[in-house]
Amino acid sequence: MAKEAPRPGAGAAAVVAERTGQRRVYTEVEGSAGQRFITTGRRFLTNVLETRLVGTGLWILAIVVFCAFFADLITPYPPNEQDYVAITEPPSAAHWLGTDDLGRDILARIIYGTRVSLMVGVIAVGIALMLGVSLGLVAGYFGGKVDDVTMRIMDAVQAFPGLILALGITAALGPRFPDMPPIWHAMIAIGIVATPAISRLTRAQTLSVREREFVHAAQVLGASPYKIITKHIWPNVTAPIIVQATLLVATAILTEAGLSFLGVGVKPPTATWGSMLRTGSQYIETAPWLAFAPGVAIFATVLAFNFVGDGLRRALDPRLLSSRRS
Amino acid sequence: MREYILRRLVSMVPVLFIVSIISFALLYVLPGDPAIAMLGENAGSQDTYRALRTEMGLDDPIYVQYGKWLLRTVQGDLGKSIRTGEPVAEVLGRRVPVSLNIGLAGLFFGIVLGLSVAIVSALKPGSKLDMAGTFMALGGAALPSFWQALLFMYLFAVILRWLPPSGYTSPLVDPWLSAKMMFMPAVVLGTHSAAVIMRQGRSALVEVLEQDYIMTARSKGLRESAVVGAHALKNAMIPIATILGLQVGNLVSGAAIVETVFAIPGVGRAAVEAIFFRDYPILQGAILILTTAAIVANLLTDLAYGYLDPRIRYR
Repeated sequence: MAKEAPRPGAGAAAVVAERTGQRRVYTEVEGSAGQRFITTGRRFLTNVLETRLVGTGLWILAIVVFCAFFADLITPYPPNEQDYVAITEPPSAAHWLGTDDLGRDILARIIYGTRVSLMVGVIAVGIALMLGVSLGLVAGYFGGKVDDVTMRIMDAVQAFPGLILALGITAALGPRFPDMPPIWHAMIAIGIVATPAISRLTRAQTLSVREREFVHAAQVLGASPYKIITKHIWPNVTAPIIVQATLLVATAILTEAGLSFLGVGVKPPTATWGSMLRTGSQYIETAPWLAFAPGVAIFATVLAFNFVGDGLRRALDPRLLSSRRS
Repeated sequence: MREYILRRLVSMVPVLFIVSIISFALLYVLPGDPAIAMLGENAGSQDTYRALRTEMGLDDPIYVQYGKWLLRTVQGDLGKSIRTGEPVAEVLGRRVPVSLNIGLAGLFFGIVLGLSVAIVSALKPGSKLDMAGTFMALGGAALPSFWQALLFMYLFAVILRWLPPSGYTSPLVDPWLSAKMMFMPAVVLGTHSAAVIMRQGRSALVEVLEQDYIMTARSKGLRESAVVGAHALKNAMIPIATILGLQVGNLVSGAAIVETVFAIPGVGRAAVEAIFFRDYPILQGAILILTTAAIVANLLTDLAYGYLDPRIRYR
């Protein structure tokens, strides 16, 4: 089969593309900005959904989010309704996952528990994003002493073992702000613990974008540092931060469950998966079903966030993509 | 190498300084009067209260309080427990060997399981065994340690009755009973590390096994075990060593949970109990000890890194 000769005037990349038969790449480069955007978007989506794990993750997350929003409609019982006739009852037709030590329906509590887990995961990571992104952008853009001081503080926060620091901060916030709902103590603590990961990543990205021509151009035109950071640098560093944030939601949910399990996070009677496991640990010999379902819920949700985060990372990382395709 | 060690030690100073400020601040921001906490709500006259406040240095400006606290801390004086009045250093000193014991056992399990699966996966990438390894790694990373602990307890202690459900015995007192009691905590503690080592170790090994010198080693007729053990593993150890250092932080965090579930009298459990008893000097002391352990582990990793890869020493 005769090969088509590369068009005159096409660059070296186009010649290579022609020779290797990657004609699609060629045409995409030739297309208009709008078309290119659509093609990139479609390719990105295909890449994200390429592995079955991402699909599984998205399905699990869809169920979790559905439960969180429509908990009132789908639960068979209110989460805190106590049935003294049915205390630590094994799974049955009336109570699919059994009841706990106060006669509360475990399924209902797990469904309501999605609210706490999602809320803590999302808000704690939101706090980490607010703190970490601002610190990382400022440290990376200004460099010098600002960078040194900020990053040493981040090093120090990261030197603390995550759960231990979260325990310490939650314990300190509790008595200091007794009017604040305890769930906020946990969210702030987890947010602070997660901040260094975000700030380091943002800083590293900022350092590379800072040297690009469009930033220099903006500087020459007299744009203020605030404008350069928000308008020119921030839009160019978001992608890896979104990936990191997705993975951090998983860690945040796990940490909140850990804190609740230790009895530090959210206070009873609010249904949380961690506190349900705490109760389950006391009845492991007589009523093991108390400890089974909440664990599955935590495990599946954390796994789902990890799957989706990994899928996003792969889709956004050209290096990983080319190695997988080869 | 000596210069490298020195440089690393000097770079730790600002981090340790900020860690000390955070640890001090955690206790300082707490409301309530430590002098009242020591005396009890109703005990003591106004004079004894004032005397105690002066003695505790609570009337000094905050930077003086911090300076005094830091000076005492580096001398090993971590204050006294509010609950029992015992020196914090003594209370926690008794618990350090217990935590160290469990932590090392967990790390050992993590390395052995993680590396074995990584080697099996890397030797046959894409095989069914490799797939199983990947699933183990993904699952292990998402498995909440407290849930795994409860499942193990149910299986090994309640159903099979092979192991005691909880508690701790020193290996010096009864090695067999100690081993039986340590099994579940060590496995639970090491699972997360194993998962991370599996994943990172596999990709490091796959990359190394594609190098030319591995082909050379194979073509000169070396046994596969020698190729993997002597040539591949040593070079793959550089990224794995970094992961190990980071895992110590995770192990320390895990200790708080595992020690609580299995009723092991370690430093992590002391921190959790201190929160409930509002025994803040113990909490602060435990946080300091655990964080120092993580920092020292990271330093040791960096040093090992310098040893494994000579390029790093001279940078």
